[in-house]
Parts: sequence; structure tokens; C-alpha cells
Amino acid sequence: MAVTSEHIRQKLVHELAAVHVEVEDTSPNRCAASFKVVVVSSQFEGKPLLQRHRMVNSCLSEEMKHIHAFEQKTLTPQQWEQHKPSQ
Amino acid sequence: LCEAADTQKDLGEMVKKDKVVVFMKGTPAQPMCGFSNAVVQILRMHGVDNYAAYNVLEDQELRQGVKLFSNWPTIPQVYFNGEFVGGCDILLQMHQNGDLVDELKKLGIHS
Repeated sequence: MAVTSEHIRQKLVHELAAVHVEVEDTSPNRCAASFKVVVVSSQFEGKPLLQRHRMVNSCLSEEMKHIHAFEQKTLTPQQWEQHKPSQ
Repeated sequence: LCEAADTQKDLGEMVKKDKVVVFMKGTPAQPMCGFSNAVVQILRMHGVDNYAAYNVLEDQELRQGVKLFSNWPTIPQVYFNGEFVGGCDILLQMHQNGDLVDELKKLGIHS
């Protein structure tokens, strides 16, 4: 199975009701399927970081078997608003 | 199956044996992956010198076993006081937002 950025994006939007998703395919730097994601979802509200990352991991559990390296940032819409201008 | 059960039991003891436990690729002296290296550097920055580091590249059973044990798909993995803390991203964010200093204080480590 070839995992694509678009596939990851769609899954996060559907399953975590993400309002904003950025997926960067970092595979060229690492010679194996690698991705870096930013996920913004109100489902993260009131949840500690570990739990948020677990939500993303389980959403992509099938894909994870084929992914070598995975980086993630999980933000609530409010955190995303504060985070945006600094980018 | 029996061997897998043994690994899970061993892991339960390994993560409790030391205050800070890291499962990584390579060793603190010679990390074999950028993510594992990041964890080593963050711990060093906080003056955490005495921690248990297990090299998963030397033990395939451990490499698979620890993922199952923590229900976490990637390496490195960090444990404080027997509790799973997270991977590289989480440790980095805890370093950036100051949570890491507080968590280490609870372990009696002052950074």
C-alpha cells in the first residue's frame, strides 16, 4: 500500500473532524515513507498532548504499518489561531 | 505467543526499574536516527544524565514488543516513573512549553 499525503489528509478530516490539516511528505529526506502533519480539530479540546497524539495514531493505525517516520502537531482551533501569525 | 507474553512482562519491569527510561535507535553516545538523537539532546539539556536507554536496533523482539506494550507505533519512546510520556514530538513540545521541567522536578531532577 502506498500511503499518500492526500490520503492521510482525507482520513484526518473525516475521522477527527479536523478543520485544518497540513501534510508534508518528508520521504525524500529519509529514504522511506515519512510524513509530518499539523492537525487542527476541536476534538482535541481539553485533552492532554499524549491523548491527542494517540487519537491521530489510531486514526492512521493501518497507514502507520507502512510509515517509517511520523511527526505530528495537534492543535485546537483556538491554539491554531494563536499559532498562525507566528508562522 | 509465550515469548511475546514474556517480553511484555519484562517491559513492565524495565520501565519501572529506572526513573527515566528511553527506547531508542542506537545509544545516547551514538544515536542512529534524528528523532532518537533529539530525545537524547533534550534530556542532556535538562541535565538528565542517568537514564536507562535500550537500543531497539539490537533486539527485534524488543522493537516490536515495546510498540505493543505502549500502544505507540514509533521509536523513540520515553518513560518517566514507569509511565509512558510519549515520543520525540511530545518531549520536544514539553521542552518548549515548560512542562518537562515540572515533570522532571516530580522525579527529583532539577534542570
